[in-house]
Amino acid sequence: MSSGAGREAVFPTRQSLGLMKSKLKGAETGHSLLKRKSEALTKRFREITRRIDEAKRKMGRVMQIAAFSLAEVTYAVGGSNITYQIQESVKSARFRLRTKQENVSGVFLPQFESFSTNDAKDDFGLTGLGKGGQQVQRCRETYRRAVETLVELASLQTAFVTLDEVIKVVNRRVNAIEHVIIPRTENTIKYINSELDEMDREEFYRLKKVSNKKQRDQAATDKELQRQRKKTDGGADDEPPDVLGTQEDDDVIF
Amino acid sequence: MAAPPSAYKDRQFLAVIGDEDSVTGLLLAGVGHVTEPPDSQRNFLIVDQKTEASQIEQAFTRFTRERKDIGILLINQHVAEKIRYKVDSFTEAFPAILEIPSKDHPYDPEKDSVLRRVRRLFGE
Repeated sequence: MSSGAGREAVFPTRQSLGLMKSKLKGAETGHSLLKRKSEALTKRFREITRRIDEAKRKMGRVMQIAAFSLAEVTYAVGGSNITYQIQESVKSARFRLRTKQENVSGVFLPQFESFSTNDAKDDFGLTGLGKGGQQVQRCRETYRRAVETLVELASLQTAFVTLDEVIKVVNRRVNAIEHVIIPRTENTIKYINSELDEMDREEFYRLKKVSNKKQRDQAATDKELQRQRKKTDGGADDEPPDVLGTQEDDDVIF
Repeated sequence: MAAPPSAYKDRQFLAVIGDEDSVTGLLLAGVGHVTEPPDSQRNFLIVDQKTEASQIEQAFTRFTRERKDIGILLINQHVAEKIRYKVDSFTEAFPAILEIPSKDHPYDPEKDSVLRRVRRLFGE
């Protein structure tokens, strides 16, 4: 009976046949919907991967420029160890992130957005006060822009990772419906149909059997009846009894 | 299906693991943050020749698993190379790990964990 996917454990009744049929219809609708969702997500996914590729290349350039401007700073500041100064004066981040969501066919993709707080006080206000202040300011601007690019890239990357996961899940569902649920339901329907047909045939055969038996019984009783009648009528119709004959009459008892 | 909003709502900082120059530059941009004492934690780690891989690993784990306020982890590519297996095995969406080039080590797209995943997905 079971070909490949097996079937569900149901009783072969008309009610469960109806249930299975509606289940099959539901599975088909769900399959086509999920398939479309997966396609929409994949389209988005491809777009994101392309943008990641671009952004990564752009990041390479931006970081190079930023590194160069930092080199300018170290040159301008000269002997004093500016890196140590900067590290030690860090207190609170001015450059922070905010997350928001974007909805792509029911999937929330988080996105980063950068902003700077104004309440946190400037940690590097005095950096490069002696010399190289201008270079420091310029370098800060360059790095700000670089970090903004990085944040953008990070958003894309997060979206990539999230979408990757979601697409896998959706595809798994699509495949499960296509290759397991639908064949199994179809098998069940087939099974129920064949079982119902079998029951029909059995019923027909039984009825036939019963009617045969009835006929036979009827014939038997008819025969019996005829015989009885023949006996009681004494065969008056077909052969008159030999009154004068040699055989004795029954004794007549009053 | 996707990450719940609680997973990234509070993430507002960037973290940096890198060489001196990269970290300095990024700190100048204003990403540096030191948490309130008594357990003041910096969100950056400077890696030089003497830094052990275990130290980098520790910082990586701290920024990715323990701290819940970091949204993006920037790591120099040559540093990521030292703890490659850790970077590769980290597949969650948050925090986002970004490999950045450093002054002495130009960016190589072939080594990037994410780009490699991209490549693999498209069967190249």
